[in-house]
Amino acid sequence: MTDATNVAGHHDEGWHLAHHFETPAQQFESGKLGIWLFLTTEILLFSGLFCAYAVYRANHPEIFAYAHLYLSKSLGALNTVVLIFSSFTMAAAVRAAQLGQTRWQVRLLALTLVCGFAFLGVKSVEYQAKWKEGLLAGRAYQPAAPPHGAVVPEPPQRAESATGAAGGQPESAGGMKLDKSTIAPAAVGRPGLSEKWLQGKAAHPDGHWVGPEPNNVQLFFGIYFAMTGLHGVHVLAGMAAIAWVLVRARRGEFGPKYFSPVDFTGLYWHLVDLVWIFLFPLLYLIH
Amino acid sequence: MAETSAATTDHPDAHTGLGHVVPLWVLAAVFVALLVLTVLTVAVTLVDLGNLNLYVALAIAGLKAGLVVLYFMHLRYDRPFHLVVFLGCLGFVVLFIALVLTDTRAYAPTLLPDQAPQMKDVHTPFGTPRP
Repeated sequence: MTDATNVAGHHDEGWHLAHHFETPAQQFESGKLGIWLFLTTEILLFSGLFCAYAVYRANHPEIFAYAHLYLSKSLGALNTVVLIFSSFTMAAAVRAAQLGQTRWQVRLLALTLVCGFAFLGVKSVEYQAKWKEGLLAGRAYQPAAPPHGAVVPEPPQRAESATGAAGGQPESAGGMKLDKSTIAPAAVGRPGLSEKWLQGKAAHPDGHWVGPEPNNVQLFFGIYFAMTGLHGVHVLAGMAAIAWVLVRARRGEFGPKYFSPVDFTGLYWHLVDLVWIFLFPLLYLIH
Repeated sequence: MAETSAATTDHPDAHTGLGHVVPLWVLAAVFVALLVLTVLTVAVTLVDLGNLNLYVALAIAGLKAGLVVLYFMHLRYDRPFHLVVFLGCLGFVVLFIALVLTDTRAYAPTLLPDQAPQMKDVHTPFGTPRP
């Protein structure tokens, strides 16, 4: 079978039917199954990070109870609303494409793209604040102050110990600060972090933190930046796809007989929204 | 392109059989429901439910995800096989995280004493309580 006869045979279906498909419906369903399979690989990609989150939170709830106070609930909620609204406009854009309403389709896609910029704008404000306050992953975690809402008897001493002050945290020859040992001397017993945490919780049942800063808070910010960073990369990729679809929509390429790129871009964008729906309560709304 | 003009009418039944056109009021209702659930999940953090807070937050997030998947992502109207693909993927995610959590519960206290305070009631593999 030559391509020429194949193409000629489907000429009446329009330019958008690829030669290896029999009908537009077959082409559409094949693409749809393909994008769903791709979305499952995306879910599995994110599940690795959600798994890391689950393991660290199960073992060290005190780190999450303390460090989430550094995050801005209002900015997180704002971004949630922005993404939910953008999912709505995206779904409406797909509908407009299905109904052949090209002008509405272009407007709604543009609105979705604007929402993507708004989300990244809010995110960059948050990232800048974390950078300024020294709330970064690993050794870069050098908090300037305890979080709002936490009653910490002694403020973090890291800046002092970085200059080698006596009585602070031990320091290795390379200048790297070592974490305080959490293994208590045998005579003292086992004053694990949980006791401090539970005492604080008992004194202040409203979910605020009372007590010294827990160890290894940098773990929270490692997870925070990995999860929101990977999500942010997906927002960028989604915006690129939307921009591409927007250009094609302005040319009037989509209509009731062919709207697969709009539909599949929409599915990807909704998945990005789905991931954020879980990230928001897990990172910002820890009780 | 004779069908195109017929399909431009704003009516759910006027599509060409490619996919399903979700009525606008359904999309709007889902949007409002998602907003309400977002407000609810923020409000519920002000109430102390102990460990239940995490599960309530996850349940609300799951409900929101369900609305997005079923209506915005058309899975309710789609071929059932796409739902099978999606739920199959979620099954593997649950398996993945559940098994890793089981593992960390079993080993964390013996490997790193006092580094896993939530695990203090877990015993060592041979049944002797951790000192």
